[in-house]
Amino acid sequence: MSASVTNASETPVFYEVDEHPHPEGHSTALGFWVYLMSDCLIFAVLFATFGVLGGNYAAGPGPRDLFDLPLVALNTSMLLFSSITYGFAMLAMDRDRKAQTQLWLIITGLFGLAFLSIELYEFHHMIEIGATPQRSAFLSAFFTLVGTHGLHVTFGIIWLVTLMVQVQRRGLIAANKRRLMCLSMFWHFLDVVWIGVFTFVYLMGMLR
Amino acid sequence: MTETPFIEPSFLFGRFNLQAIPYHEPILVVTFLMVAIGGLAVLGAITYFRLWGYLWREWFTSVDHKKIGIMYMVLGIIMLLRGFADAIMMRLQQAWAFGGSEGYLPAHHYDQVFSAHGVIMIFFVAMPMVTGLMNYVVPLQIGARDVSFPFLNNFSFWMTVSGAVLVMTSLFVGEFAQTGWLAYPPLSGIGYSPYVGVDYYIWALQIAGVGTLLSGVNLICTIVKMRAPGMTMMRMPVFTWTALCTNVLIVAAFPVLTAVLALLAADRYLGTNFFTNDFGGNPMMYVNLIWIWGHPEVYILILPAFGIFSEVTSTFAGKRLFGYTSMVYATVVITILSYLVWLHHFFTMGSGASVNSFFGITTMIISIPTGAKMFNWLFTMYRGRIRFELPMMYTVAFMLTFVIGGMTGVLLAVPPADFVLHNSLFLVAHFHNVIIGGVLFGLFAGIAFWWPKAFGFKLDPFWGKCSFWFWVVGFYFAFMPLYVLGLMGVTRRLRVFDDPSLHIWFLIAAFGAFLIALGIACFLIQIGVSILRREQLRDTTGDPWDARTLEWATSSPPPAYNFAFTPVVHDLDAWWDMKQRGYTRPLAGFKAIHMPRNTGAGVILAGLSFVLGFALIWYIWWLAALSFVALVGTAIGHSFNYNRDFDIPADEVARTEEARTKLLAAGVNA
Repeated sequence: MSASVTNASETPVFYEVDEHPHPEGHSTALGFWVYLMSDCLIFAVLFATFGVLGGNYAAGPGPRDLFDLPLVALNTSMLLFSSITYGFAMLAMDRDRKAQTQLWLIITGLFGLAFLSIELYEFHHMIEIGATPQRSAFLSAFFTLVGTHGLHVTFGIIWLVTLMVQVQRRGLIAANKRRLMCLSMFWHFLDVVWIGVFTFVYLMGMLR
Repeated sequence: MTETPFIEPSFLFGRFNLQAIPYHEPILVVTFLMVAIGGLAVLGAITYFRLWGYLWREWFTSVDHKKIGIMYMVLGIIMLLRGFADAIMMRLQQAWAFGGSEGYLPAHHYDQVFSAHGVIMIFFVAMPMVTGLMNYVVPLQIGARDVSFPFLNNFSFWMTVSGAVLVMTSLFVGEFAQTGWLAYPPLSGIGYSPYVGVDYYIWALQIAGVGTLLSGVNLICTIVKMRAPGMTMMRMPVFTWTALCTNVLIVAAFPVLTAVLALLAADRYLGTNFFTNDFGGNPMMYVNLIWIWGHPEVYILILPAFGIFSEVTSTFAGKRLFGYTSMVYATVVITILSYLVWLHHFFTMGSGASVNSFFGITTMIISIPTGAKMFNWLFTMYRGRIRFELPMMYTVAFMLTFVIGGMTGVLLAVPPADFVLHNSLFLVAHFHNVIIGGVLFGLFAGIAFWWPKAFGFKLDPFWGKCSFWFWVVGFYFAFMPLYVLGLMGVTRRLRVFDDPSLHIWFLIAAFGAFLIALGIACFLIQIGVSILRREQLRDTTGDPWDARTLEWATSSPPPAYNFAFTPVVHDLDAWWDMKQRGYTRPLAGFKAIHMPRNTGAGVILAGLSFVLGFALIWYIWWLAALSFVALVGTAIGHSFNYNRDFDIPADEVARTEEARTKLLAAGVNA
């Protein structure tokens, strides 16, 4: 950037003599962040839809009939723990400890799987007692909001496994660190969305 | 087919069977034959001249933003022909169906025509052309070598193509939606639209939407991160500013469309009750959500057009743009306000006086920054030495036409007036007035302005002016009668008419559409003639208009790396500043340049998306599952490719620049 400094007395510099290309991945963090915000808007629409339609039970079951708060609390803790362990993975990555990073990633993935399993159990139970997505607008909105979050976690886990293979093969090179960073943002983002789901769907649903 | 066939889905073909091919509709059969013969001719020519390898290597797999930009423009122009064919069919039907005549289009077909016309013109004409110009011009304007994510750019383009091909497929396999371009439920629900039309609509837009969103992310990052040194935000060219605002709008609006179409798909595929009339569903939720996307969408289209007009006005008036700062702020204010007006599309929903007043007032407020822009352009022209080249002619036509459209818009923003005019031809006239008079004239101005940059020769002015006059006059003939008809109470999307006093207006409108057809023909002839006469129209300088911004600092067409040395910016209108202060082109000291490598992954992913969309539309579940797995697998596979860039060696850069030096010298001597 030194070449760009000019003042009136000198001949102005109109181009940089030295080539310094943008380093690979220079915009990735910003780009991924912008993408996450667009994803956040998808959730915003689903939350808004739940807000508008969430009271339309169509004479079917409501939140109090369906939600099992202790189970949801357990589920929530699984996801929160997975966020913490992902944080540990990133700390290990910063210290360039490959094996430790991988270990924390495995634990994160297992917590994610536990979260998904509990969610699937909950869905299965609800559908079994007749509270299907087709039963009422409330249930349509519920299954879609919670299910979309679950779908994100599923893809997060697929991505996690992919990254673990890549880290195993190539080590903690800059490109892989950048990818782990992106998944980290994605994973924590899902955590934040889940806190919204837990609060607005489950907790406030019980008050409805 | 006039009746929707009920088909018990089979495992192998889903609900696809031979009845899905509309071989009993002569119009479609003739169209298909024309498309098939035309397509075979093009494919045959490519094969005969052995161009497949060239196209694949140099274009389809290219990650060069310039080539992708040109491909977007080609897509937009091709789809313009399809969208316009729909338009002229509607004008013909409405001019015909009087005095007991049913016209020539059965309702089932006519309803598809007006739905397809809107969808194609917005999503597959205006969007690709706007994105194409931004793709081509923005990196050059900010002195960058490419966009932030070159592969993503290629992928975005092919996803748009994939959506467009899906819409085209609906013409010959099955049917398209008969719901209007926004597919309101409950009409678009499974109960009233049980066949494939709405599914084509949903999946075409979802696939193309992925491309649009990612290209929005890409251009935001490019503008924020890759500007040349010295180019502060307030030294960015106005077109880059409008591109930034447009892409912010894309990123903030398209997810809403994705979500609402996903909910509609859930209603249709899974039997949920979001937008149904029973079990607690609420169709108005859909209307609200889709317009929360839909209103920003019109600004997504018009803001870059404003940017083009700004560049054109200051270039052809030979002056710095009047009120640059106010232009930037006006753009930003429009960006924000565009989110606060969506309800004006359905004042008649019955939200009550307070809500309607709020949205009526916010709508009217938008005319203030827009008016400020108008005055800025006028003051730029004032006491300028104006050259009336084609882009400038389009700009003047825009200023006259757009003001009329803007005023009818403010009229529609008055809720009591809207209760009379809602869904009338007055509304149809209004939005064509702003989209043709604003977006399309802007795109034509942009094409004529930047064509010499992209290809190294100017467009033929004679045929350009023919096209211009046919378009402008044709527009007024085609749409002014619709204002009259709207005030007489004619609603949109009607197929037959009883009242003979309306007839004359529809005849005038049909005549206008015919003039526009000539305008399109002249535009195509202009391109053909210009290519044939390219030696006479050649520009060796890289700056044929004596222009002001950085894209004109490099050669026409620019080399793959855009700039041999990264420019340093000292002023707004950087290139003008360089010319004024005696900039000399560097002739030695070239270094190797780091560039991204081409890849076929984008084409493959978009192709698989097309198969996935087709399978979902026809309920061919095994194929949907297979293509989905292939899609995810290919994406993962692509992520294992770490080898994504290469260096253009210094001597190759030196050779390219040496060729330009010779060209410049030849231009001076000639």
